[in-house]
Amino acid sequence: MFTIFGIPGPLLFGQLLLGLINGAFYAMLSLGLAVIFGLLNIINFAHGALFMMGAFVAWMLLNYAGIGYWWALLLAPLIVGAFGLVLERTLISRLYKLDHLYGLLLTFGLALVIEGLFRNEYGSSGMPYQIPSALQGATNLGFMFLPNYRGWVVVAALVVCLATWLLIEKTKLGAMLRAATENAPLVQAFGVNVPRMVTLTYAGGVALAALAGVLAAPIYSVNPNMGSSFINTVFAVVVIGGMGSIIGSVLTGFGLGVIEGLTKVFYPEASATVVFVVMAIVLLTRPAGLFGKAA
Amino acid sequence: MSNMKPSRRQVLGGALLATGLAGRAARGARPVVRIGVLGDQSGPYREIAGPGAVACVRQAVAEFGSRDFDIEILVADHQNKPDVGVGIARQWFDRDGVDMVTDLTNSAVALAVAQVAHAKNKVAVAAATGTTEITGRQCSANALHWSYDVYMLARSTALQVVKSGGRNWYFVAADYVFGRQLQGESAATVAANGGKVLGTSFYPFPGTTEFSSFLLAAQSSGADVIGLANAGADLVNSLKQAHEFGLSRRMHLASLSGFICDVNAVGLEVAQGLNLTASFYWDLNERTRAMTTRVRPTMPNHAPPTMAQAGTYSGTLHYLKTVAAMGLPAARDGAATVERMKATPCDDDAFGSFRLRADGRVLVPAYLFRVKSPAESQGPWDYYTKLATTPADEAAPPLGRGCVLVKE
Repeated sequence: MFTIFGIPGPLLFGQLLLGLINGAFYAMLSLGLAVIFGLLNIINFAHGALFMMGAFVAWMLLNYAGIGYWWALLLAPLIVGAFGLVLERTLISRLYKLDHLYGLLLTFGLALVIEGLFRNEYGSSGMPYQIPSALQGATNLGFMFLPNYRGWVVVAALVVCLATWLLIEKTKLGAMLRAATENAPLVQAFGVNVPRMVTLTYAGGVALAALAGVLAAPIYSVNPNMGSSFINTVFAVVVIGGMGSIIGSVLTGFGLGVIEGLTKVFYPEASATVVFVVMAIVLLTRPAGLFGKAA
Repeated sequence: MSNMKPSRRQVLGGALLATGLAGRAARGARPVVRIGVLGDQSGPYREIAGPGAVACVRQAVAEFGSRDFDIEILVADHQNKPDVGVGIARQWFDRDGVDMVTDLTNSAVALAVAQVAHAKNKVAVAAATGTTEITGRQCSANALHWSYDVYMLARSTALQVVKSGGRNWYFVAADYVFGRQLQGESAATVAANGGKVLGTSFYPFPGTTEFSSFLLAAQSSGADVIGLANAGADLVNSLKQAHEFGLSRRMHLASLSGFICDVNAVGLEVAQGLNLTASFYWDLNERTRAMTTRVRPTMPNHAPPTMAQAGTYSGTLHYLKTVAAMGLPAARDGAATVERMKATPCDDDAFGSFRLRADGRVLVPAYLFRVKSPAESQGPWDYYTKLATTPADEAAPPLGRGCVLVKE
């Protein structure tokens, strides 16, 4: 068996692949954040709570209605997205004319309320949610056993990221969205219903968080705090990628997953810190983030 | 899984009603003994004790019945903050006339509140507390330690798994005092009994959700047992991911601090085969089943008690019996009551017959369990098969350890 820096090769490749898989979650979560920030200028601190809601809705669909994983993948984002729609219409839309900080405070408060309500109703231990039978088992890659479900998560995340990027950068709808963030009154003058578009964008970002939640339910503990453990890293990803840059957050998500995975091999104690070390270095050298446009 | 919605409301409603009744009775001429249940009602440990501990204390009070004094129960949430816990305890002792405080989830809060109980000469019964310090360097004449501690969990699991042939260990441990203590205690036990520790991954706490890297490192180390020195959501995540990577089929998984609510949270499909230790399991014998049947209607989600919750039941019952035996004016002296509790043999349905040691540690056996497969399980909460028993005096940490109550 060959070794690299004293680490057996197969172990190292295994960890690299794992890093990529974890990066897929970072990418999907930061994608929703980047869409919401880039187009609405709202720092959506409720993102972790909405991610958690996605996982919980999947659990509820299964336990109260007998609806399995595959339908949950479609239904949970729709349900949580609709919830996001209500949030945007009733609360968040009132803050667009104010400083960013108000949006941050409001969404942070919402996150606490949502998590508190779930904790009160379902406790904090969590709920069991199994891997769908079609994706159970693992494939031998030679250097490691890759659980089929993880492979599916990477593929799903790549497809969703690519689709979102295409939608925003390459379609007419995306062009209108981007135009509306640059100059809303002008776009409105062309007969485009900008407030409705903004609402749907927020709901779309929320649906992305919920989708990530459903994907996470079989492998992470489904409990009311599950979002808060991700959200710090995900914010760092968005900052490093460049606030609002979609391609930036996707690439950074995968990249940081790999860096974190490698740290776990060489110095596990630092694996939670390494992301923030990278963030500090990036902010010192490129304050707008790796892919951000300088203000 | 059954619908879980209505039960908690019923419990809270029942709790309010009971408090109201007790409050009304308190206005009469009879003297009142007040018990404060201070725990985590809203945070990560609420399933371990929380509202279920309140239900168990109420059950103990109901079973104790009516004597020549009334009993009032107060409940508070310390939010896992020692300063909040100390503030509530002071208010309870100084203003509300609380005589005994129990539950005390979270070691930091428990140690702080035990100090207050000592200063005010009241009684502290820690029943959901991991630290061995309560009966070690920080022991006091006013504190008792029920149910379990990290020493018992680590030692029983490590000892019995090594004895049954799991000799080569790899630890995945949370990088803070709790995880380090669990890992240290179990590693020492493994080594002392002919086993070998092949490696340990200390992962950052809190903030780690992904354990597959550590689990794969454990697998490639050639170990046959993975010791999980973590709790709550971290434990749930490690179990789910070990199952996903097929580790649970190839290696033994041993949780050094697992509770039945954690097993319930992952489900038997994922948790099957896991080894863990408890001093109480609802289906252990005739008496534990009887106690569980009595308390379950008032438990959140009708769950059977965890060992921590059973500890609050047992501790409260023994305290009340002692108060009745001493007579009320004498029992207002916390240290004297604790002394008397130590001198009196205990007997209840949760832990059977047992006694308390000079340092305040309860002496109960520790049981090593294996989690059943879904096919073996006969119904809801039928989760454990008993594999081995560690006798009471071996399960408790050695007497002494800097405790001033123990004469060398």
